[in-house]
Amino acid sequence: MESLIMILIGVLVTVGTYLILSRNLIRVILGTAVLSHAVHLLILTMGGLKKGVVPLLSQSEGPFTDALPQALILTAIVISFATTAFLLVLAYRTYKTNGSDDLQELRGMSDE
Amino acid sequence: MTIEIAIILTPFIMAALIPLFYRRLQRSFIGWVVLVVPVSLFLILTTYIPHIANGKTVSHTFEWIPSFNINFTTYIDGLSLIFSLLITGVGSLVILYSNFYLSMKESLHHFYCYLLLFMGAMLGVVFSDNLMVLYAFWELTSVSSFLLIAFWHHRKASRAGARKSMTITVSGGVAMLVGFLMLYTMSGTFSIREIIADVNQISEHALFIPALVLILLGAFTKSAQFPFHIWLPDAMEAPTPVSAYLHSATMVKAGIYLVARFTPVFGGEMVWFWAVTGVGLMTLFWGSFNAVRQYDLKAILAFSTVSQLGLIMSLLGLGSAAVHLGYSTSSIIYTQATFAALFHLINHSTFKGALFMMVGIVDHEIGTRDIRRLGGLMSILPFTFTIALIGCFSMAGLPPFNGFLSKEMFFAAAVTITELDIFSIENIGIFIPIIAWVASILTFVYCVIIVSKTFFGKIKPDVAEKNPHEAPFGMLISPFVLIGLVITIFFFPNILGEYILRPAMASVYPTFPVAEMTPHIHAWHGFNIELYMTIGVIVLGLLLYRYMKYWIKIYRIFPQYWTLNAMYERIISSSENMSENMTKRYMNGNLMHYFIYIYISFVVIVAGTFLLLEAFTWNPSLDAPVENFELLLIFVMIFASFALLFAKSRITAVLLNGVLGYGIAFFFVIFRAPDLALTQLVVESVTTALYLLCFKYLAELKPEQSSKRVKVSNGLISILVGSTVTLIGLAVINYEKFESISTYFEDSYKLAGGKNIVNTILGDFRAFDTMLEVVVLFIAGLGVYTLIKLKAAKKGDADT
Repeated sequence: MESLIMILIGVLVTVGTYLILSRNLIRVILGTAVLSHAVHLLILTMGGLKKGVVPLLSQSEGPFTDALPQALILTAIVISFATTAFLLVLAYRTYKTNGSDDLQELRGMSDE
Repeated sequence: MTIEIAIILTPFIMAALIPLFYRRLQRSFIGWVVLVVPVSLFLILTTYIPHIANGKTVSHTFEWIPSFNINFTTYIDGLSLIFSLLITGVGSLVILYSNFYLSMKESLHHFYCYLLLFMGAMLGVVFSDNLMVLYAFWELTSVSSFLLIAFWHHRKASRAGARKSMTITVSGGVAMLVGFLMLYTMSGTFSIREIIADVNQISEHALFIPALVLILLGAFTKSAQFPFHIWLPDAMEAPTPVSAYLHSATMVKAGIYLVARFTPVFGGEMVWFWAVTGVGLMTLFWGSFNAVRQYDLKAILAFSTVSQLGLIMSLLGLGSAAVHLGYSTSSIIYTQATFAALFHLINHSTFKGALFMMVGIVDHEIGTRDIRRLGGLMSILPFTFTIALIGCFSMAGLPPFNGFLSKEMFFAAAVTITELDIFSIENIGIFIPIIAWVASILTFVYCVIIVSKTFFGKIKPDVAEKNPHEAPFGMLISPFVLIGLVITIFFFPNILGEYILRPAMASVYPTFPVAEMTPHIHAWHGFNIELYMTIGVIVLGLLLYRYMKYWIKIYRIFPQYWTLNAMYERIISSSENMSENMTKRYMNGNLMHYFIYIYISFVVIVAGTFLLLEAFTWNPSLDAPVENFELLLIFVMIFASFALLFAKSRITAVLLNGVLGYGIAFFFVIFRAPDLALTQLVVESVTTALYLLCFKYLAELKPEQSSKRVKVSNGLISILVGSTVTLIGLAVINYEKFESISTYFEDSYKLAGGKNIVNTILGDFRAFDTMLEVVVLFIAGLGVYTLIKLKAAKKGDADT
C-alpha cells in the first residue's frame, strides 16, 4: 500500500509542478493546491499506513495509528487553505489591475 | 572592566549619548561637551608614559568568544601609546577647532557622533592585540571615515569621494582579513604577541609570503600608498577638521601602524623590504610630483600627505633590514630608519594638522581655497600666515623646525642603506637616496607654492571686496598649539625620543637592546652628506619654483585616459555594468524561471545527495495490504490529476481539483484519520466555492501558450521532481533508526484530559503551534480583506 501511495504522490507532485511552471496564473494556483494534497499524503504515508486503529482512546485499547502526522497534517490543511485563499484573491487583484493573468506579460519593469 | 577597555569604549558611549541629549543643549555647547572625552582620555593616557618608558607594557584580556580564540585583549606598549596619544591629542585640538569652524546650522550632532565613533574605532585598532578585534575596529574606521567624508551629502563630489575611499580601503581591509586568517592557520593564534613569539616556526610555511602580501595590501590601501592613493585627494571633500584629523594625522596612519606592528613578524623577508620601501618611495615621489600642479590648497595638502605617508612607509621598509640582519653592533644603525619613521610620524601630525587648520581658516575667511584667486593675505591674516610659514618650513625640512630633524634622519637612513649587500641592494640601492632627494626637492617646491601664492603678491580684487579679517581667536588656538609643538620638538627632541619613541622601538625590535637604538638627536652634526643634500634641496627647489612655467608642461604629457583615476572609474563602471547584466539575465521577472531554479536545485541537491550516498532503497515487504476499492481510488486520483493537466475550462479544472481533494479525504478515512477527513471535506468544499467565486472575475482558461520546447522541458523537470519525491519517500519510509515519539501522546487522557489524541496534540501538547496557525489564518484573512477592499488604482498608476 505504501509503495502505491508513494507512486500516487509522485504523480501528484509531477502534475503540481507542471501546473506551477505554467504561464497562467490560475494553473499556478491549482498547482499549489495539488502540491499540498501530495504533501499531506506524503506526511501521512511516512508514518506507515494502517498500523493500528483510529487514535481515539474511547474507542479501543490500541495499538493506535501514529497520531503525530495527523496533527501535523491538520495544521497543514488549514494553512494551505489560508494561502490558497490569499493567492486566489491576489490573482483576482492582479487580473483586475493589469488586465492579464499571463505571467509572461506580468513581468516586472525592465529596470527592476 | 579594565581602564584600557574603558578608554576604548568611552568615545562609543559618548557617541551613543549624543542623540539623546543634543536637543536639550544649546547647539554651541555640543562641541564643548564632546571635547571633554578626548581631553580626558589624553590626560589619562599621558599617565601611562612613565610606566611604558620604563620598558613595561600593559595588557588585559576580556574573554569574548573564547571558543574561536577571539578575545578582547588590550595591549599598550610604546607603539600603541604613540598612536593613542596622537588620536586623542590631535582629536582634542580638532574638536576645539571645529567648535569655531563649523556653522551652528550644520547637523553638529551627526558630526560629533561620527567623529567620536572614529576615535573609538581608532583607539581600538591600536590597542587590540587580537587580530579579529583589530580587523573589526579597522573596518569601523573606514565606515566612520565614509560618514565623515559624506558629511555634506547633498554634494555629489562628497558622496563620490566617500564611496571611493570606502571601496578602496574596505577591499584592502578584506585582503588583510584573509592575511590574518592565514596567520591564524599557520600559528594557531590570533594574538599578535604570540605570533611574534612564534615567528621562527611559521616563517617557512607556504602561506607566509601570501599572508605578508595580503596584510600589506590592507596597510597600503589605508595609508593611501601608490597606486591606492587616489582616494585621499577625493576624501578632501570632507569638512577641513575631518581632513586634518582622519586624513592626515590618524586614520591614514593606521597602515603605518600595521606595518610597524608586523615588522617583527615579516621584517626579515626580502619581499617585505622591497614592497614597503619601493611602494613608499614611489608614493613619496608621486605624491610630491602631483602636489606641485594642484590649484586647490587642500588638494596640495592631500597629495603632500600621500607623499609624506610614503616617506614614513619607506623608512619602515628600510628599517626592516635590521630585522633580517639580526642584532649586532653593526646592524643597529639600520634600526635608525624606523626611529626616523616614528619621529616623522609625530612631526607630520603636528605640522600637517596645523597646515590643514590654516587652509580651513583661509577657506572660512576668504571663501576660496584656489591659489589662482588668492594672494597677498599676509597683511590680512598675519597669524594664519605665521602658521602657514612655520608649517611649510617644517614640511620642507628647514631648521629650526622639527621637520628638519626627521628629514635629515631620513636622508641619513637612505644613504646608509646603500652600504648593505643583501636583497640586491648593491645593484639598485643607489636609487633609494636619489628618489628621496628628488621627492624632497618637489616637496620644497610645493611648500613654497603654498606660502607664496596664498600670502605674497597682490590682493586679488574679488578678495578685497569681501573685506576679510583675521580668524577668531578660538580658531587659532589649535594650530598655534601644533606650531608650538613644531618648534618645541626641534629644540627638545630628546625628551620625545626618551619617553615616547624609545619604548616604541622596543615594540618594533623586540630582540634588540633598546638603549642602543635610541640616538641622541642633534640639530647640528657637522658638514655631512645629509646637510649637503638639504642645501641642494633648497637651491634646486628655489630654482625650480622660479622657472616653473618652463617645466610645468611635463604634466600634460601623460594621457588622461591612463591616469589611475580614469582607470578606477572604468573598473567601477564596468563591474557595475557586468553585475547588472548578469542579474538581469537570471532575475528576468518571469515567475516560471524562478520556479525552475528552485526545482532544479531541489532535484540536484536532494536527489544528488541520495545518489552519492547510495541511499535509494525500497523494501515493499513491510507494506500494508491493498484492497480493491483502494486500487480504484488510486486510479481515479491519477486519472483526475492527468485530466487536470489538459482541462480546457476553469470549471473542469476546479472540479478535477475537487476530485483530488475529496479523494484525499477518502484516503484519510481509510488510513484511520477521521479528524483529517472531516477537516479536509470542509476545507475542500470551501476552497471549491472560493475558486468558483473568484472565477467570476477572472478570464477564461486559455490553452497554454508556451512553445513546445518549453513544455517538454517543463514536463521533464516535473517528472524529475515527482520521481525524486517518490524515490525519497520509498527510501525513508519505515525508517527505524530512532524510536517514534508518538507513544508519548497516547497517554493523552492522563496528560491532557482528552481521549482524541490528535485533538490533544493540537489543543494541548502543541497548543502554541495551533495558536500561531490561527495567527497565520488571521494574517491571510487580513490580506484577503485588504486586497478586496483596496481601491483599484488608476490605470496609469498601476504601471508604476
